[in-house]
Amino acid sequence: MNNIINIFQKEIKGYFASPIAYFLLAFFALLFGYFFYSAVAFFTVQGIQSQMMGRSMPMDVNDWVIRPLLSNASVIGLFLIPLITMRMFAEEKRSGTIELLLTSPVRDYEIVIGKFLAAWVLYACLLAVSGLNIAALAFFGQPDWKPVLVGLLGLLLQGGALLAIGALISTTTRNQIIAGGATFAICLLLWVLDWVSAYEQAAWAKAVSYLSVVQHFEPFSKGVIDTKDVVYYATLVFFGLFLTTRSLESLRWRS
Amino acid sequence: MIRVQGLTKRYARHVAVDNISFEVQKGQIVGFLGPNGAGKTTTMRVLTCFLPPSEGKAEVAGFDVVEQPLEVKKRIGYLPETPPLYPDMEVEEYLAFVGRLKGIPSASLARRVSEVCERCAVADVRKKLIAKLSKGYRQRVGLAQAIIHNPDVLVLDEPTSGLDPKQIIETRELIRDLAGDHTIILSTHILSEVETSCQQVIIINKGRVVATDSFSNLTNRLRGAEAIAVEFASSVPAAEAAGRFGQIPGVSRVVPREPRHDRHVVEIEMPSGSGVRAEVARLVVNSGWELYEMRSVGFSLEEVFLQLTGSPEQVAPVAAAAEGGAQ
Ligand SMILES: Nc1ncnc2c1ncn2[C@@H]1O[C@H](COP(=O)(O)OP(=O)(O)OP(=O)(O)O)[C@@H](O)[C@H]1O
Ligand SMILES: [Mg+2]
Repeated sequence: MNNIINIFQKEIKGYFASPIAYFLLAFFALLFGYFFYSAVAFFTVQGIQSQMMGRSMPMDVNDWVIRPLLSNASVIGLFLIPLITMRMFAEEKRSGTIELLLTSPVRDYEIVIGKFLAAWVLYACLLAVSGLNIAALAFFGQPDWKPVLVGLLGLLLQGGALLAIGALISTTTRNQIIAGGATFAICLLLWVLDWVSAYEQAAWAKAVSYLSVVQHFEPFSKGVIDTKDVVYYATLVFFGLFLTTRSLESLRWRS
Repeated sequence: MIRVQGLTKRYARHVAVDNISFEVQKGQIVGFLGPNGAGKTTTMRVLTCFLPPSEGKAEVAGFDVVEQPLEVKKRIGYLPETPPLYPDMEVEEYLAFVGRLKGIPSASLARRVSEVCERCAVADVRKKLIAKLSKGYRQRVGLAQAIIHNPDVLVLDEPTSGLDPKQIIETRELIRDLAGDHTIILSTHILSEVETSCQQVIIINKGRVVATDSFSNLTNRLRGAEAIAVEFASSVPAAEAAGRFGQIPGVSRVVPREPRHDRHVVEIEMPSGSGVRAEVARLVVNSGWELYEMRSVGFSLEEVFLQLTGSPEQVAPVAAAAEGGAQ
């Protein structure tokens, strides 16, 4: 446990001692801020129009602003996760510090979990930025907070799953660019997998689309926590980290 | 303390370490000597559980590196070829991180960090970012990192590379200080380093142990003997002189050397303690050769090393010349 905390602290300091964390925060704040602004502006304009046309049904902030925003955040996350995970192990391998970690009395899974948790916390910090934006919605209306929180939880789970995949990929190379690129490709693939369900109804298409991370995020953005989605993400995290640990072990056999 | 038996390590198909065996007793300093690519780093990586052996066994402090790696790792301090440093950290912060990693309780952590900073002469850069340190200072931080948990066994891969002469001497002293309580195995190309700090030498070449012995035994065993250099006027035909020297009973080898100031130099080797020196002197005087000098020559470690590792380009000409000279 102490080892996990030690590695975790070192990683967190590492993120915030280098420009990476700040760059990611700025990047996320900018993009999310833009999406937020346009969603709110759109909502306002639509609201005025519908009032002028004499519709009595009030528009719902949750449906019109928060849900699309959460979906946007999930897509931005797809782009940022490779940037978080790419140096995780690749950099240690390149600089030789992996030799320190692997010759210290620490178990491989402790290294993996420490690093993973640090990356996850960084990702949670990014989400906090979006949370702040959304909190500002209180000025515009009375959103229902439950779907917001559930949506953020969904983002956190989705992020965890993709981070675990990124961690795995980072152990396979000593080149950060390759690690980042490959992670991005996989994230993108997991994202677009559900497109097949648009034109194919066969069983295989359902299975493929089941694998899509976005597919499992949808219910969260509507405020619904479905066990099957939680299980999906938890499985990805577990297997991702399990394979990362194995890969770290086999690094010794291959190198 | 360290026992290696039939250790083989293959990378893909390339054999980096080929069936080597050696033992190191507690409290000894052992020099691991060999040309580039000999397999020193590979062997050390196996000892530190970074790489598993392909075949054979390695034990550190009685624990097998494959079966009980955690126990081995607790007892070993390792300075890899490139010091494993995080450039974003301050020296002190880094040493504290490594200290915790090695399981030093937090109560004594700060004290240990100060101690190793003093010992490895990095106290003046404690608060500096590692990225901003010079190469020599990085090497020192690497050394500090290796000894922070006071390990039973120290594995140092070229500990003095990149240090200035003063620091090299201090590091050697540090290493000698550490011996006794610690068992140390260090690799180097600097032969004099082995001479000054190691009690035992293991010379490996192309993945095989070519010699393991104490340094002085090694030089003796190698040439079996002592040698004298005889310098005489060039008016004497060198080949003839060499031939006559070779006929003296007890002379094991005659090696012509580079002429000096136009004077011939031959080296004559003999078993130690034999009376050959007097015979040589008598021969020179009786033949009326103009003798300029006759002195004992020690064997330099370089020669020992080159002979044992047998780089053909270096040793062959001498051997060939010796044969030619002896005819
Ligand atoms: N990761 C690797 N993959 C493949 N071959 C390797 C690897 N590391 C080392 N080798 C090979 O193994 C052999 C021994 O290398 P090693 O690094 O142990 O030598 P060394 O004695 O430490 O040399 P040096 O004095 O240059 O440090 C070399 O021929 C080298 O090319
Ligand atoms: Mg080496």
